Amino acid sequence: MKILVPVKRAIDYNVKVRVKPDNSAVDLTNAKMAINPFCEIAVEEAVRLKEKGTASEVVVVSIGEKACQEQIRTALALGADRGLHIETSDSLDSLQVAKLLQKVVEEEAPQLVILGKQSIDSDNNQTGQMLAALTGMPQGTFASEVQVEEGSVAVTREIDGGLQTVKLSLPAVVTTDLRLNEPRYASLPNIMKAKRKPLDVKAAADYGVDLTSKVKTLKVEAPAQRQGGVKVADVAELVEKLKTEAKVI
Amino acid sequence: MAVLIYAEHDNQHLKPDTHKLVTAASQMGDELHVLVAGEGVDAIAKQAATIAGVSKVIVADNAAYAHQLAEPVSALVADLGKDYSHVLAAATTTGKNFMPRVAAMLDVAQISDIIRVDSADTFVRPIYAGNAIATVQSEDAIKVLTVRSAAFDAAAEGNSASIENSDVVKAMDISGFVGEELTESERPELTAADVIISGGRGMQNGENFALLEGIADKLGAAIGASRAAVDAGFVPNDMQVGQTGKIVAPQLYIAVGISGAIQHLAGMKDSKIIVAINKDEEAPIFQVADYGLVGDLFDILPQLEAAL
Repeated sequence: MKILVPVKRAIDYNVKVRVKPDNSAVDLTNAKMAINPFCEIAVEEAVRLKEKGTASEVVVVSIGEKACQEQIRTALALGADRGLHIETSDSLDSLQVAKLLQKVVEEEAPQLVILGKQSIDSDNNQTGQMLAALTGMPQGTFASEVQVEEGSVAVTREIDGGLQTVKLSLPAVVTTDLRLNEPRYASLPNIMKAKRKPLDVKAAADYGVDLTSKVKTLKVEAPAQRQGGVKVADVAELVEKLKTEAKVI
Repeated sequence: MAVLIYAEHDNQHLKPDTHKLVTAASQMGDELHVLVAGEGVDAIAKQAATIAGVSKVIVADNAAYAHQLAEPVSALVADLGKDYSHVLAAATTTGKNFMPRVAAMLDVAQISDIIRVDSADTFVRPIYAGNAIATVQSEDAIKVLTVRSAAFDAAAEGNSASIENSDVVKAMDISGFVGEELTESERPELTAADVIISGGRGMQNGENFALLEGIADKLGAAIGASRAAVDAGFVPNDMQVGQTGKIVAPQLYIAVGISGAIQHLAGMKDSKIIVAINKDEEAPIFQVADYGLVGDLFDILPQLEAAL
């Protein structure tokens, strides 16, 4: 079974972001970039399925500028077999990414596509679901457990009230939640080996997908700052303030 | 322009999110229709018909929709949605699950988790874990949106909209429901609670969360948790507040033994009043807290319970 794992290059989750003075976007100049944490979990899950003998090949794909080849190499160092970089200079929205991935799915014919549930920059939580719709595959979103069976996959999903398990016929799309697994660290020998693994580069334009977006970002602002609060000395003062000053209890 | 609102429910009760969606929808169009999809949902449809501003409730009652699986529900919503200018669902795990599928089927972009409506085509939403706020404009013919319900007030009741049955059935055999494990709780739901008390890694273990229960009972509060507390196995993950858990905006949020990582703040920093109880006076949570109390939570919590 072949598994396709789309990964995204995103700002490192520890970085405190700054909005550009002209309010056009978030300032990413010199910001530390990394593989999106949810994507890392997707790679780990695919590699574990390969180690169990369920999967025969793990293909990693990333869409974006040339720099995202770094993230593909990271995924290769974690155990993926080969990479595909679809180069584009534009920042695409989820629907366009899903349409490009649809073409990749047509070419590669994977039995399972594993994506992160959301990227920590745009916070959209859309791509996996859109890809599932475009390819007509069933979806198992926010997965905390994935069990591949003969011709199907059972996915335990994190929902608001607890957990839900669904059974999907293959091929299927799964998106990862944080508790699915704990990603491994790449060892130095594996990082060296990853440099020799195949990485194809294609242009987004080659796929014949319309990449014009109907959604425009008018401005990006810093959120309203909260007023600095006060420290209280003891419980009595806290309760007193909540009752008389804040009037919330 | 007519707006289609997907009603969130658990096959027994209409969730309060729906009332908040109606408020958001009323800023986009004047004719508001609510879709209730599920199995045995007559009572829910009647309740939805009482929400002020709703002109019609559409009921899709079929076993195919019983568990809100994304495949049949999205096919239904996309089928009905093509006649609307806007299609809305709450940004809950249910809405997040099926709505992007609807958008892709309609070949339009989706705008996720909106917190403000500027006009019928311009919306405001947080990005980068709430550290930036984007204003976006959509030129798509149909706007597919998920709404952060904590950012909108609930619409009033006292209406009697017409109820109409839909005969659209989208049964599908590519996915099936196996089972679910729901957390039982007598307390209010996290996303709807006026008061929330949350514990973090500082609670040290799951048993110590009992220290929060007495206080929660006295305040009528829901109990939440940070990701650290969930990952350490102290409490189940549906209690998690944060970017990857639930987004809340109660009147009062009490953070106990929570340092205040970006991930957690993204889920609660729009609370009206924030109280932090932490022994580390340098903890980032104090930068957003209205009232901070530095000290050992194991001393403070029993005192707080006694004082209430």
